Amino acid sequence: MAAPKKGRSASAQSKPGRSLALILIAIVALTAGMFASGHRTPRLGIDLAGGTSITLEAVNEPGQPNAINKTNMDTAVDIMNRRVNGLGVSEAEVQTQGDRNIIVNIPKGTNSEEARQQVGTTAKLYFRPVIQREATTGAATPTPSASPSGSASPGAGSASPSASGSAKAQDKVSGSSASPSAGATSQGRAVTDALKADASPSVSSSPKAAGSPSPAASGSADPSAAAAAKQYATLDCNDPKQRAVAGRNVKTGETTVACGKDGKVWSKFLLGPVDVSGTEIKKAQATLNTQGAGGWQVDMTFDSSGAKKFADVTAKLAQRTTPQNEFAIVLDDEVVSHPYVQTAITGGNAYISGSFTQKEAQSLANMLSYGALPLTFKEQSVTTVTAALGGEQLRAGLLAGAIGLALVVLYLVIYYRGLSLVAMASLLVSAILTYVIMSLLGPAIGFALNLPAVCGAIVAIGITADSFIVYFERIRDEIREGRTLRPAVERAWPRARRTILVSDFVSFLAAAVLFIVTVGKVQGFAFTLGLTTVLDVVVVFLFTKPLMTLLARRKFFADGHKWSGLDPKSLGAQPPLRRTRRPAGPAAGPADPKEA
Amino acid sequence: MSKLGNLGARLHRGEISYDFVGKRKIWYGVSILITITAILGLAVRGLNMGIEFQGGAVFTTPVKMSTSVAQAEVFAKDASGHEAIVQKLGNGSLRIQIAGIDTGKSDQIKTKLAQDLKLNPEKLAADLVGPSWGEQIANKAWEGLGIFMVLVVIYLAIAFEWRMAIAALVALIHDITITTGIYALVGFEVTPGTVIGLLTILGYSLYDTVVVFDSLKEQTKDITKQTRFTYSDIANQSINGTLVRSINTTVVALLPVAGLLFIGGGFLGAGTLNDISLSLFVGLAAGAYSSIFIATPLVADLKEREPAMKALRKRVLAKRAQAAVGEDLADARGTAGDESDDNAPAVVGPRNQPVSRNRGRGRTSGKRR
Repeated sequence: MAAPKKGRSASAQSKPGRSLALILIAIVALTAGMFASGHRTPRLGIDLAGGTSITLEAVNEPGQPNAINKTNMDTAVDIMNRRVNGLGVSEAEVQTQGDRNIIVNIPKGTNSEEARQQVGTTAKLYFRPVIQREATTGAATPTPSASPSGSASPGAGSASPSASGSAKAQDKVSGSSASPSAGATSQGRAVTDALKADASPSVSSSPKAAGSPSPAASGSADPSAAAAAKQYATLDCNDPKQRAVAGRNVKTGETTVACGKDGKVWSKFLLGPVDVSGTEIKKAQATLNTQGAGGWQVDMTFDSSGAKKFADVTAKLAQRTTPQNEFAIVLDDEVVSHPYVQTAITGGNAYISGSFTQKEAQSLANMLSYGALPLTFKEQSVTTVTAALGGEQLRAGLLAGAIGLALVVLYLVIYYRGLSLVAMASLLVSAILTYVIMSLLGPAIGFALNLPAVCGAIVAIGITADSFIVYFERIRDEIREGRTLRPAVERAWPRARRTILVSDFVSFLAAAVLFIVTVGKVQGFAFTLGLTTVLDVVVVFLFTKPLMTLLARRKFFADGHKWSGLDPKSLGAQPPLRRTRRPAGPAAGPADPKEA
Repeated sequence: MSKLGNLGARLHRGEISYDFVGKRKIWYGVSILITITAILGLAVRGLNMGIEFQGGAVFTTPVKMSTSVAQAEVFAKDASGHEAIVQKLGNGSLRIQIAGIDTGKSDQIKTKLAQDLKLNPEKLAADLVGPSWGEQIANKAWEGLGIFMVLVVIYLAIAFEWRMAIAALVALIHDITITTGIYALVGFEVTPGTVIGLLTILGYSLYDTVVVFDSLKEQTKDITKQTRFTYSDIANQSINGTLVRSINTTVVALLPVAGLLFIGGGFLGAGTLNDISLSLFVGLAAGAYSSIFIATPLVADLKEREPAMKALRKRVLAKRAQAAVGEDLADARGTAGDESDDNAPAVVGPRNQPVSRNRGRGRTSGKRR
């Protein structure tokens, strides 16, 4: 009798111990990470901590006197909002002020430099064919590039020659018929040796059309071509003044000049009319290419008209030789990259890879996704602002929350007695995990906490407590059926678990849908809700249940001590009970609960 | 505790129960009344939208202001009758934003504000600000809400059944209507905090309903194989069985929110805290109410229309009639007939053997099966 019992409990014992160890290790690791990262508190939103306020003024463009109107301003607000709130959790606020200003408020602790670039950039993006280019440091000696061999993807990328042999990773443009995500990039593009400087000109493995290339500009009936060529001859891209005006206000159908940076060196470009415009990009995202040379890249998906144009252009360019087989990606009149094309890229997907850092790639993808601003803005002022609500609101909120929690604890103690220890320990674990994760998410994804989110977190604690109450009531029901504690704990779990999972799934569904669909503050809220829901499940599964299993072995609980909250007598359990020896009497009966 | 535990036990065993389902007409009536009041409140008073939704005026003072932010808040409220957002800028000037002001009123407020701040009105720059929570954010939020409701109905229809999904949705709409209606009646300003409070309720209200439904589903698994209870009876037992849990969870969720509303609000008077906690408080209370008084009776109502359930009801009533006849006979013989209704296991009398010899016998104690 005793031996099998021991064996059974031993096998069950390893389990709760393991789960508890796991969650405790996780807490310790996360907390250590929090202290190590130096972000010991969650970042607070503007309403609680203030931040930076940027005022932008719309600038009249020549030839467009009526561009600054309410519609365009509202569109600009929307686009800026999405740019600064890429993930929707950073609590930045964008609003119009007067007829031509836009105020952008960014919470403390955000990189305001980066934000200023993000909101102020017009992000007009065009793909233009390269006619000529020249590095400003004397002769352009194109670095050779080996083209990928045996590539599986149609239109595999090849490295564009970059001038001056700088150690810049070269830009490639590639197409893929698959989705423009990691899948597309894993199609076995060979690692090229393109990064090695080599004096021989580029050799491409695909047969090129013979014959010398003719500049696109020659013979075209484009009146702007001659003017642009003249400009190109005298342009010095090392001069910031010249850079600033190069290619400004050129119509999309004209030939133009532009500057661009290859590594550390400025190059000048003579570019043909726009083939595809950034507005024809449906979606762009930054992905990490683990194949080939690796590094960050921007995947683009064109809409149907963009895809068709892009295919036509790349087919045309693939027939030419350097540099006319390149197209320049021009963002706000500056060439950000000029990859060369080997074969026509069909399917409407392409990616730009180059020497992007993660931030650059994400910021570019962000701008391409949300489109160009309809207006040009100039920064009017940048100033710090204090908290919109003042610290006393947060203090009062936290104090009130603490008092409310104390009441919750008091209630649990009165009602659940010994069991409330389990509840309190679980609540504590939840609270620590929530706090630590929120603190870590500040630097990780720009997560900022505003007052509504603080209140939401306090309410979430109540929802977490809900899960234990479901479980505790189940255990007590089992005890009322006449079971002893240990089987009651185990039998109650599967049923309680299902209830907890179904209900939490509903909460999580709400969080997921709102996070995907909405923008701005609602998205931030959805994130918080999703986080607390997941933590609720984690804590109940890895902490509350194992702890209960362990406690069920303690004499205090197992024997149903009066203060354990599991006293079968006070729960009105149905006899028989192992321990109780009732006095024989007519009154002793289950139908008469008075005697308990 | 002992008393409460007993109450729980008796509820669990169905010894005492309150007829929630049978009195459903009353609850429906109460809810319809509150909902009509809420809708009237919305229609007549409307919602008082904050600056984040409707824009307003912004006043910027010159630099080197000696007035504190708190003082400026008071002045702004005096001048406009609205809550104002006051921020100090890096150069020491104040930015005062006030909701819902048109150009005509703006001049009047500007003059008053300048007087309070001891400034020449010329020096107080006034401008209109647009909403930071623009139409697009609002539209997306509605869209998200719509998609969520469709998905949740589909999910509940799969996890439970379509009648429960409908009932849960009705309860949810009921909670949201009541909360927004009370907002309109109280006249608090609607801030992003309010909206977020409402969305929190959304999850919580469903959570509560789902817990009751889960127990209902469990208890009605083999309902057609017995002839003692109708669906409504079992639905009622489910509510009563989960009543203790419902009360506990509601108390535990409401306590912190009540703290925010009454203590936090009491400290500071009206403010964002109040906006959020009011919507949470009303919504949580409505959510708890609807999960017990609306959602489950509604499921019972819908279920009772099913042919299978109608047939069951017939059988049950027929059996009860028969039992009543039998009971009369039994009463004549002097035995308590209603004992047969008790599902409890037979009473095991006291034993006089030593406890150790008694182990594992009679009823299973979980050690030996």
